[in-house]
Amino acid sequence: MTVNPSGWRPSTPANEQGEAQTVTGNRALMLEEPLLFEIGSAEQTGVDFPEFKPNAGRLGGLNRNREIGLAGLSEPEAVRHYTRLSRQNYAIDLGLFPLGSCTMKHNPRLNEKVARMPGFADIHPLQPTDTVQGAFEVIDLVGRWLTTLTGMPAVAMSPKAGAHGELCGLLCIRAALEARGDKREVVLVPESAHGTNPATAAFAGYRVENIPANKAGRVDLEALKARLGPDVAAVMITNPNTCGLFEPDMKAISDAVHAVGALVYCDGANFNAIVGKVRPGDLGVDAMHINLHKTFSTPHGGGGPGAGPVVLSAALAPFAPLPFVEKQGDRFVLVEEETAGEHHSKSFGRMVAFHGQMGMFTRAASYMLSHGSDGLRRVAEDAVLNANYILRSLEDVLDAPFGKSGPCMHEALFSDRGFGEGLSTIDVAKALIDEGFHPMTMYFPLVVHGAMLVEPTETESKASLDQFIFALRSIAGRAKSGDPALKAAPVYAPRRRLDETLAARKPVLVYKDPEPAQAAE
Amino acid sequence: MRYLPLSDADRSAMLQTIGAATVDDLFKDVPANALLSEPIAELPPHASELSVERQLGALARKNLAAGEAPFFLGCGAYKHHIPASVDHIIQRGEFLTAYTPYQPEIAQGTLQVLFEFQTQVARLFGCEVANASMYDGSTAMWEAIVMGHRITRRNKTIISSGVHPHYVSVATTMAKFTEDRLETSQPELRAETDAEKLIATIDGETSAVVVQYPDILGRITDLTPIAEAAHANGAILIAVVTEPVALGLIKSPGEMGADIVVGEGQSIGVGLQFGGPYVGLFATREKFVRQMPGRLAGETVDAEGKRGFVLTLSTREQHIRREKATSNICTNSGLCALAFSVHMSLLGGKGLRQLAQLNHARACEAADRLSAIPGVKLINDSFFNEFTIELPVEARPVVRDLAEKGILGGVSLGRLYPDAKALQKGLVIAVTETVTDEDIAALEAGLKEMCQ
Repeated sequence: MTVNPSGWRPSTPANEQGEAQTVTGNRALMLEEPLLFEIGSAEQTGVDFPEFKPNAGRLGGLNRNREIGLAGLSEPEAVRHYTRLSRQNYAIDLGLFPLGSCTMKHNPRLNEKVARMPGFADIHPLQPTDTVQGAFEVIDLVGRWLTTLTGMPAVAMSPKAGAHGELCGLLCIRAALEARGDKREVVLVPESAHGTNPATAAFAGYRVENIPANKAGRVDLEALKARLGPDVAAVMITNPNTCGLFEPDMKAISDAVHAVGALVYCDGANFNAIVGKVRPGDLGVDAMHINLHKTFSTPHGGGGPGAGPVVLSAALAPFAPLPFVEKQGDRFVLVEEETAGEHHSKSFGRMVAFHGQMGMFTRAASYMLSHGSDGLRRVAEDAVLNANYILRSLEDVLDAPFGKSGPCMHEALFSDRGFGEGLSTIDVAKALIDEGFHPMTMYFPLVVHGAMLVEPTETESKASLDQFIFALRSIAGRAKSGDPALKAAPVYAPRRRLDETLAARKPVLVYKDPEPAQAAE
Repeated sequence: MRYLPLSDADRSAMLQTIGAATVDDLFKDVPANALLSEPIAELPPHASELSVERQLGALARKNLAAGEAPFFLGCGAYKHHIPASVDHIIQRGEFLTAYTPYQPEIAQGTLQVLFEFQTQVARLFGCEVANASMYDGSTAMWEAIVMGHRITRRNKTIISSGVHPHYVSVATTMAKFTEDRLETSQPELRAETDAEKLIATIDGETSAVVVQYPDILGRITDLTPIAEAAHANGAILIAVVTEPVALGLIKSPGEMGADIVVGEGQSIGVGLQFGGPYVGLFATREKFVRQMPGRLAGETVDAEGKRGFVLTLSTREQHIRREKATSNICTNSGLCALAFSVHMSLLGGKGLRQLAQLNHARACEAADRLSAIPGVKLINDSFFNEFTIELPVEARPVVRDLAEKGILGGVSLGRLYPDAKALQKGLVIAVTETVTDEDIAALEAGLKEMCQ
């Protein structure tokens, strides 16, 4: 018996469930796939080049003489390698992906088509500006939609992702405070916030202090007011918050923050719940990033690339980062370091090499134009309707800690209260995998024990929700009765539970060729 | 509306289950004066696929695409041919519409790709480990500088004059808000890099030296003596690679002693896209891995002993460590990393070397022909696929005039360094495998005319 190329030995005829194992490790359509470095070779290639005359080289005597160790594949081998790997992934295209706070909605294929038009996909960021007027117009178009939808006067388009947008917002705040000679040190963050909020505040040079939530899952306005003072630079609020609830006191929070000379950062991760229904600018927000990969359907791509434009209040607009696009007459100009001149001299500087995630702007533009003003409103309404439908269809079998607080927004929050001995949220999540669903967000927000945060989004049909509810009701019943089989889930996924402790204790982060053929440099 | 599956009948039935009369009842926590009662009037209503494609197609046609012109731009973004299968694979829904692999049992596809990607990047850069990618090269460089700060517990970083000015600008912006001190300077139009000056400047307070390889003018410098000088002073060397194809032909920064190697991976598998999304590459020594920012995929086993992959060492990251994290980054450039990895696996070591040789051969040919134009001088002694020429006139208007003739003729140093008088005649020209003989002839003719 040899070791299967994917690294395990099918030595036993049956696993613990008594299922027959195959000698290949494959199970019909579920195919094991070795690593690229186990099947490819440095001499194989899937790219042909024209004949050319190699020359002596003018490389400064720094020719690379050692083998690089990069495995190559022919095209059929490469297509098969990646196709087989792709089938080990769950995806929105396969089914419900209810990760709370992640807004895993359908990714329209028109977006992909538009992004690949040569006039968008094949232009260089440093081309003469006369040759890229259409690109500037797209940036301007998306920017105008964002400012109009949020009721804010300005937008910074260059941040590369949500957390990068948070950084942009905080740097605007810091620049604005320093411009008035006010060096403040503290940023207040609710304990239910995304981890990026405190990390970003620290990255921007601030000390972070937590503010507690009240029993209804909202920011404790009195506790916040008590902490506000001349040392506070900003408060970072997520609205709707990570418990899936709208902050009804948002305006009062903003007013209190402004009263002590501080500014309001709003984490826009959950904008999908209110797009077209509520303008954060009406609630006193000074800066808010918008995850185009959430609300505006640009693909998550297995974890990026994202895009995180930041809308800004009049107080912060002068400090927005470079570069940005400005309309002057019927032309668009690029405002950079040299052209910033008088009216943009307060900009805090440059955050990225070029103009931001253009490939995401084109996709978002396609999404915005497709939905229109009326459609985006409907997006928020259906997203909230779907989440409430899940909340009310499950709250009799799963503890909903804020179910009594009233309707939720775009996501429903449950806890692991009442589960049988030894069972926790992770066991429910892994059982959902066996039932063919991606699990919800687990153990977040931290303010709820064993949190399960379910965000269905508006692109799920009622039939799809009913199927999910049916499955989750069954699993919840098993969790409450203490069914030990849940601990073994998932059983039908490409892998059983993986040993994360081992991975962290003895990190193996790159492939090492077996001895003695040590190819790595 | 084609993206919304609920029917009105569904909506009524669901409202009944919920116990609400209208959808607006679900928004009752929103203060009445903040809830919009109508669609926002300033924005247009929904539109068909055909109509949207027409509107955006019209905007796309206003741009001059690189493929439609003789094209010579580089300076941090390069036009290379991307095999058709790369785009096919990244459009598979299982990759395109998956999320961060937080549930590894049903994300082995993404995780194995990231593990393979990390291995490719580490080997290309000549380093022991690499992460699952950053936003882009410029932000990766800043992250390397603050990682250096954490490693050495010093805060002075010397940035070579050969580093891309936009990258320097990002670092300068960020350093205003941290405790970091940066020493920066602008390049000179000559064949020698500032290696000697850097070596002389490194002192006991230096945290890191940052050197771009090849540099913004296309020059290639030996990193070994700079690494030695840095290490002798307890500092580290950070190398920045904006054109990774070069490493098919020239020594890796890792083998010359760089401690952190960062770069822009766009050249391999990712289109120009007007500057983003791109893919930041980040590699380092194994001993520094716990100081590294960003996601990492690692190998492990499942409950049946089968090999599998997970995201690991997340105690460095924001979702666990919050304000004590190594970075606030909460993503990688997943799909671009996939594109990089697919293209790199199609190339393999042999294909990458051939691609690099072809680029270098084309660039040498172009350099010879352009520098033969009277009044035009080649600055570089060494280069890979990008070199700088000095024109007898300012280069910036020349680039604009060339564009009017339909030639995208390079990046003028005036565009990158508007205030540097001594650089205004400099023109940086990138020549990849996509450049034809006719393209070179067109540029040659255009320059001849304008340099008279």
